Amino acid sequence: MNIVVAIKQVPDSTEVKINPETKTLMREGAGTQINPFDLYALEEAVRIKERRAKEGKETKVTVITMGPPQAESAIKEAISLGADEGVILCDRAFAGSDTWCTSYAVACGCKKIGADLIICGQQAIDGDTGQVGPGIAVHLAWAQAAYGAEIKELTDKSLTVKRLVEDGYEVCQVSLPAVITVVKEINEPRTPSLRGKMAAKKYTPIIWTADDVDADKEKLGLNGSPTRVVKVMTPPSRTGGEKIEGETDELVNALFDTFKKLEVI
Amino acid sequence: MLKIDADKCKGCSLCIKSCPTKALTIVDKIATVDLDLCTLCGSCESTCPFGAIERVITKQSKEDLSQYKGVWVFGEQRNGKVAEVVLELIGIGRKLADDKGCELSVIIFGDQIDDAVNMLSEYPVDNIYSYQAPELKDFDAERYCRIFTDVVKEYKPDIILAGATTTGRSFMSGVAINVYTGLTADCTGLEIGEDGLLHQTRPAYGGNIMATILCPDSRPQMSTVRHKVFPISPKRESGKANIINLTPKPELFSSRSKVIEFIETVGENVNLTDANIIVSGGRGLGCPENFSILRELASEIGAAVGASRAAVDAGWIPYPHQVGQTGKTVCPKIYIACGISGAVQHLAGMSSSDTIIAINKDPDANIFNYADYGFVGDALQVLPELIKKIKASRGAL
Repeated sequence: MNIVVAIKQVPDSTEVKINPETKTLMREGAGTQINPFDLYALEEAVRIKERRAKEGKETKVTVITMGPPQAESAIKEAISLGADEGVILCDRAFAGSDTWCTSYAVACGCKKIGADLIICGQQAIDGDTGQVGPGIAVHLAWAQAAYGAEIKELTDKSLTVKRLVEDGYEVCQVSLPAVITVVKEINEPRTPSLRGKMAAKKYTPIIWTADDVDADKEKLGLNGSPTRVVKVMTPPSRTGGEKIEGETDELVNALFDTFKKLEVI
Repeated sequence: MLKIDADKCKGCSLCIKSCPTKALTIVDKIATVDLDLCTLCGSCESTCPFGAIERVITKQSKEDLSQYKGVWVFGEQRNGKVAEVVLELIGIGRKLADDKGCELSVIIFGDQIDDAVNMLSEYPVDNIYSYQAPELKDFDAERYCRIFTDVVKEYKPDIILAGATTTGRSFMSGVAINVYTGLTADCTGLEIGEDGLLHQTRPAYGGNIMATILCPDSRPQMSTVRHKVFPISPKRESGKANIINLTPKPELFSSRSKVIEFIETVGENVNLTDANIIVSGGRGLGCPENFSILRELASEIGAAVGASRAAVDAGWIPYPHQVGQTGKTVCPKIYIACGISGAVQHLAGMSSSDTIIAINKDPDANIFNYADYGFVGDALQVLPELIKKIKASRGAL
C-alpha cells in the first residue's frame, strides 16, 4: 500500500505584527516548521505502516509538499519521523496558487506516486482553510473523510474512520483509494529516533516540476487561481480592561456583579 | 510574474521587510525579485507605498458572468435540526441580496425535513430549494458535493454561503473545484463592494492578520462563514418563502462512503461552536478533578466547557474541548478563562470572543492583556464560592 502524506511548511510562529513606523508586516521569528496538524497525519501513516508490517504487508509512506527548494528541511524532518520518501513540487508555475490550484498540483503529484491513501492535517495554521485535503479528493475523484479522530479499521479495500464533528463523532466507512484529514486527537506524534535522524541527514528529496506530474499549467499559480487576495491588514488588537485584585470574597462579589452586568446570570 | 517598475521604485526596502520568503533584495537601489523564491503572495504589492510592484495576472473570464444571479445559503441540518449558523447566514445573505438587488434562496438536503423547511420559510428568504430523499439523510461529502455541483450548474447562483462547520468545510471545497471557482474559508466579513463583487474578509495566521479576498473571474463566489459572527436574522414580517421541492437525479446518489453510526456527546457541554458562553480551564486548575468545578459553573450558567492545550495534553479533559490553534476556534458572547495564562496559540482560538473574562493567580499573565475583565486570584478558591453565591441568589428569588 502506498500512503501519501501531504505536508506544508509554515512559519514557526503565527505571530504577525505591523511595524508602526514602516506599516509592514513583521513576523516574529523567521524559522519554519511542519504544520502541526500534518505531524499527526504523518504519525498516523507511520503507525499504519508499522501495524501492517506485523501482518507481513508492505507499506510505503511518501510525504509530498509544494514550495521552494527550502522545503527540503521539512522533507528531511518527515524522513526523520519515519517517512520513506519525500517529494517537493517545485516550479515557478506553482507560485501564487490558491487552494484550488494547490489541491490540483498535489493531486497530480499523488497520482504520479500511485497513492492508495492520502492523509492530510485538518488545516494549516497559517492559512487555516482546511480546503486542500477535501480538494485533493475531488480532483482525483476519490472518496474522502475529513476531521478523522481515529482509524478504526483499514483493509486493502476500505477504511473505517471516526470523524470529530461539532456535536459528537460520526463513524463512517470509505472505500479506497481515499483522502482523509486528521485532527490532533488521532495520536501523539513521536520524536525523531537516532536512526531517523541519520536517514534524514543522508536523504535527498525528489523534486518534481509541473511537467513531471503532468499538471496543466493553465490550472496553476496566480493565473489559474480563482481567488485573489486584495488587501491584508492586522486587526485592531485587544487591550486589557480593568484588573481587579483583592481577597477571595471581594473577587467573588466583583465577578458576581460582572456576571449580572453581562447578563450571564 | 512579479513586475517591479524601476522608475517607481525608490529603493526604500519596505518590500524586503514584508517578504515572507526572502525573495526580494535591493540591487543598485532597485528592488529585485528572485523568482525561484517568490510565491506571489502579494505582501510586497500591498506594502509598496509607490505602487512599484505588481503581480501580473493574465487570466480572463471565459464565460458570461452576468448569467449568475442570486444569493444562496446552504441550509445545513442534522436529523431535521437546522444548524444555528444557517439563521446567521440568512441575515447576512438577505443584506447581500438586497445590496445586489437579487433574490435570497436557501438550499437544503435531507430526508423528511418538512418541519425544518417550514421553520426556514418564516425567515426573510425568497425561495427554499428542498431536496429530500432517504439517501440524503446523513451527510456524505461525496454525495452532497456531487448534487450541489449539479444544482450550481443548473441554477447558476452568483453567491453561495455555507457555515464554516465540519460539514460546510468538508464538501464546499469540492463543489468549488468541480465548477472551477473560488472558495474563501471561514469568512468573518462579507460585503458587496463598489465593483459589485463579494468582498470576503477572513482571518489568517491565527487571527493575526485579516485578508480581503475576491473571486473576480469565475462564479459562483463562494464562502464558508464562521459561526456567531453575524447576528441571527429576524423572522419575516409577512408572507412566506416560495418552497420548491426537488428530487436529485438518482445517478448522483452514488458514493463510496457510508455512515455507520453517530456517537452524540450529549450533556457534556462540549458543543463549543454553538455556545454563547464558554467557561475554559487551563493548567492553573491543577488536576483533572478540578474540571468538575468548571462543569458545575458551566451548567449553572448554561455554558460550554473549554480547555487550553496544556489541560488537554495533560489528559485532564478530552480533546474536543480544546480551544486554540490546534483545537477549536470559538467566538462566544462571553469567554471565561480560568487558570489560563494566555499563550499565543490559545489566543488564536478565542480572541475574537465578544467579551473575555479572566481569572488567574499571576497578575502578569498574558491573558490579562486581552481580557475585558481581569480578576487576579486563584480560580480554585474563587469559583466554588461564586457557584455558591449564584445558587444562593437563585434560591432567594
